[in-house]
Amino acid sequence: MSKMTLKTEGDRYVVVTRRFAAPPEAVYRAHTEPKLIQKWMLGPEGWTMPVCINDARPGGKIRFEWSDGKGRGFYLTGECLELEPYSRIVHVERMHLPDPTPDNHVETRFEADGTGTLMTMRMTLPDAETRSQMLATGMEHGMEAGYVRLEGILEPELAGSQRHSQ
Amino acid sequence: MPDLDAAFSALADPTRRAILARLALGEATVMELVQPFEMTQPAISRHLRVLEGAGMIVRRAEGTKRPCRLSKAGLETIDQWLGMLREALARNYDRLDAVLAEMNAEQMNPDKGETR
Repeated sequence: MSKMTLKTEGDRYVVVTRRFAAPPEAVYRAHTEPKLIQKWMLGPEGWTMPVCINDARPGGKIRFEWSDGKGRGFYLTGECLELEPYSRIVHVERMHLPDPTPDNHVETRFEADGTGTLMTMRMTLPDAETRSQMLATGMEHGMEAGYVRLEGILEPELAGSQRHSQ
Repeated sequence: MPDLDAAFSALADPTRRAILARLALGEATVMELVQPFEMTQPAISRHLRVLEGAGMIVRRAEGTKRPCRLSKAGLETIDQWLGMLREALARNYDRLDAVLAEMNAEQMNPDKGETR
């Protein structure tokens, strides 16, 4: 039930879905309250988020800083655009590597699904090239910062394969 | 199997990684690669030679154009990166499951919450 899906749509969209065994209010709070965000939005094992600013109101600033504990790190900035507790968040974000990547416009919806929540996150990139470059910058850090990265641009058999011949 | 040193140095450059990601969308000519990367044609051509030397891409002749596409090694490289990224994202959500379970437990037993 908790299986994540990640698909591209058209040239500029990436859509991620995931089910959670908690009501929309809890999932929404885990996406907006810094103390909660810092517990899970970390990427690979061993990384932490020492700085987490998420001013959850229209125009509010977002700043996430990640560290691998060995001197490597990067950060993301953004702005909150719309908030509808506990059903919808719209924000814009960019990674700094250290040059800023083009803006990623993200809409996240939380819908009641039985006793749990279906989350649907739709990312809109400026164009297809940016979307593929985001894949490339994500690679560099082996890290997903705003759930950015893609899968659907590859053939399904590649995207779906967990193991392949060495 | 490409030379590993050549493969690593080919992938150490962000532009070359971006070119690989672009080629995951399909075959492209040098001119088609020049525009999105805002680089000169000679600069892109140099990157393509490095990628070709590392066995990441293959080029075919089509008149004066030499369209590039990912080789099997290039595809496998992208597949591995993608697996890493997908894993990082899936891991985030697994951690979120645990955070949600914690929030629920705190609600059931407010005395044991963080505010104590």
